[in-house]
Amino acid sequence: MANLKELTHREDRLEGGHRLCAGCGASVAVRQVLLGAGVEPVVVGCATGCLEVSTTIYPYSSWKTPFIHNAFENSAATISGVEAAFKGLKAAGKIPADKKIKFVAFGGDGGTYDIGLQSLSGAMERGHDMVYVCYDNGAYMNTGIQRSSATPKGAWATTSQVGAAQQGKQQRRKDLTQIMAAHNIPYVAQASISHWKDLTTKAEKAFAVEGPAFLNVFAPCPRGWRIPFDTTVEIAKSAVQTGYWPLYEVEDGVWRQTVKVMNRKPVVEFLKPQGRFKHLFASGNEALLEEIQADVDLQWDRLQARFSCS
Amino acid sequence: MPTQKTIAATGNTVVAEAMRQCAPDMMAAYPITPQTTIVEEFAGFVAKGRVHTEYITVESEHSAMSACVGASAAGARVMTATSSQGLALMWEELHIASGMRLPIVMANANRALSAPINIHCDHSDIMGARDTGWITLFAETAQEAYDNTIMAIRIAEHPDVLLPTMSCLDGFITTHSIDRVCIMDDETVTGFVGQYTPKNALLDIENPVTHGAFAGLGGPFFEFKKSQREAIERSRAVIKDVGAEFSELSGRPFGMVETWGMEDADVAIVVIGSTAGNVRHVARQMRESGIKAGVVKIRCFRPFPYAELAAALSGVKAVAVMDRAESFGAEGGPLFLEVRSALYDATERIPVIDYIYGLGGSDVRLELIETVLNDLSEIAAGAQAPTGLVYLGSR
Ligand SMILES: Cc1ncc(C[n+]2csc(CCOP(=O)(O)OP(=O)(O)O)c2C)c(N)n1
Ligand code: SF4
Ligand SMILES: [Mg+2]
Repeated sequence: MANLKELTHREDRLEGGHRLCAGCGASVAVRQVLLGAGVEPVVVGCATGCLEVSTTIYPYSSWKTPFIHNAFENSAATISGVEAAFKGLKAAGKIPADKKIKFVAFGGDGGTYDIGLQSLSGAMERGHDMVYVCYDNGAYMNTGIQRSSATPKGAWATTSQVGAAQQGKQQRRKDLTQIMAAHNIPYVAQASISHWKDLTTKAEKAFAVEGPAFLNVFAPCPRGWRIPFDTTVEIAKSAVQTGYWPLYEVEDGVWRQTVKVMNRKPVVEFLKPQGRFKHLFASGNEALLEEIQADVDLQWDRLQARFSCS
Repeated sequence: MPTQKTIAATGNTVVAEAMRQCAPDMMAAYPITPQTTIVEEFAGFVAKGRVHTEYITVESEHSAMSACVGASAAGARVMTATSSQGLALMWEELHIASGMRLPIVMANANRALSAPINIHCDHSDIMGARDTGWITLFAETAQEAYDNTIMAIRIAEHPDVLLPTMSCLDGFITTHSIDRVCIMDDETVTGFVGQYTPKNALLDIENPVTHGAFAGLGGPFFEFKKSQREAIERSRAVIKDVGAEFSELSGRPFGMVETWGMEDADVAIVVIGSTAGNVRHVARQMRESGIKAGVVKIRCFRPFPYAELAAALSGVKAVAVMDRAESFGAEGGPLFLEVRSALYDATERIPVIDYIYGLGGSDVRLELIETVLNDLSEIAAGAQAPTGLVYLGSR
């Protein structure tokens, strides 16, 4: 695996000057993932969402590598088509047989957990040689912070508001990483932009495997989470340290925790700094906070059990 | 003329054969009745190693067209096939394929749209897609389906055009009936379609491009749409040239509009697809009883051949349009609206009556077509034309 010095010498394939908000986690995720692709050429696909609209405002483009945006729910299907074309053109002798190109599809949590889940599942099942990366910021940010199935329980969003009858999102989040692990593909991992070494290593592994790989990358959104833009990395770290976002990988069916958490902190440390959870700290919501902590504990224990038995 | 082999086969079989001969680099498809045997037979070619095509069995039609968009942008020759609900599910992607100027070729087995669910022929699926920016060819017979599919590649990939193209054939009637079809040899088709030289391919790694950029407020969105219009207008000449070149090879005529008996016709029926044969048959019979009937068949619906149609209909006294699709709330079906528009500039005002027929595969018996021609001949003689559309053969 590449060390920091080697990584700093690799070309950045996402150029600065794009229009993502200051402190946006999405571009950090993309740059770390693409560093993991090494020196081989990469074709990038991206679903509709903040990342796509902010990096491709015609006639400008921040992408120094071939890039395609098709629609919201089909980043995986689109890149699967590009990869299939690569194979077909090789079979036709129009591309040399030894030519190597990597394929990666990006999507936000909305484009991945929700509307794009079918397209992702299909592409992974078909076994395309591609990496799918979800940059998870826990809501539909591009359309104005609406809840997704990745939004944590209790979070305020513009479609899961806070009022006398309701305290933010009513449902717990979906565990997409485990759903992807259930596809029995060669490589699945959960990572965070706060742990760059862990993330770039996982990206290297994802690009190295033959066949499909999936990365779920925690990528905070200061705008939607109601946090200062210079606390993106801090809040992502706190998600890991509280066990809200465990870092692990599933390599050929073997589950392994990649970053150990020694003294797991209470989840309130992750929730408290964020404006989208402010109401949870008002009196009367103590039970809800306890419920959220209990859920993190339960999911944590279940995951630990998977690590220990493999 | 190159040698051709005459075989007995269904429309779907010869569409699959045409696709094999066009040698796509990539195909992504999802099964739906009555398109299914196209993708099954193509899968057979893949299994036998008769094509180099990378064939991907996607999990939906939305993903089929999404993957086709990716593959076409990558620089591959791409083909697929669908029908009805599948075409409807692709709707979003149909616009993206044409907006991104990707020369994907797709066969559509024309079938009714739900609800109620029905698997049989009408044109509601394809007419629902008429404003998606795809060039749209219709076949009357299996032969035309074969020919159109091959010509579609040349039209779509032409540098003046670069637009996705559909080759439509009537569900069951054409897709599943066994017909007599002349098949060209592989070398002739290979030579005719040529090699596809993509522009701005994603896989041209040395020259990175961004596909599908954002062109919002203040951006050139409007200009992109204008350029799409210009491309489909340019396709008119390309369709004619490709059709003429193909005719020379095959010995079979091709026109965006094809006429029968129009030289001296008093009354005419405008029709699309498989019904044209029966309409010609009845027109021929009616001529024996003194009704000078003619038939105009539309083989290319987008771009619509307004000038050709107006020329073909000039001089007739009454026109019937056979619409195999509804346009609820409009004055008539989709074809009627186009025909009336084509005749707007005619010096003589010709009565045009819309007959909606054959929805969900309902039968179009010869007697029904006879009533249409009888109606027309009375209107031509001065009888009052019916106001509003006529349902032909509904109970
Ligand atoms: C079919 C479809 N439905 C809805 C939309 C509107 N839309 C565009 S982006 C988006 C949300 C994107 O959320 P996510 O995938 O989480 O990415 P983010 O913006 O948060 O980075 C929505 C709802 C769309 N473009 N297409
Ligand atoms: S709204 Fe959030 S996800 Fe979107 S650009 Fe801003 S910080 Fe990034
Ligand atoms: Mg999001």
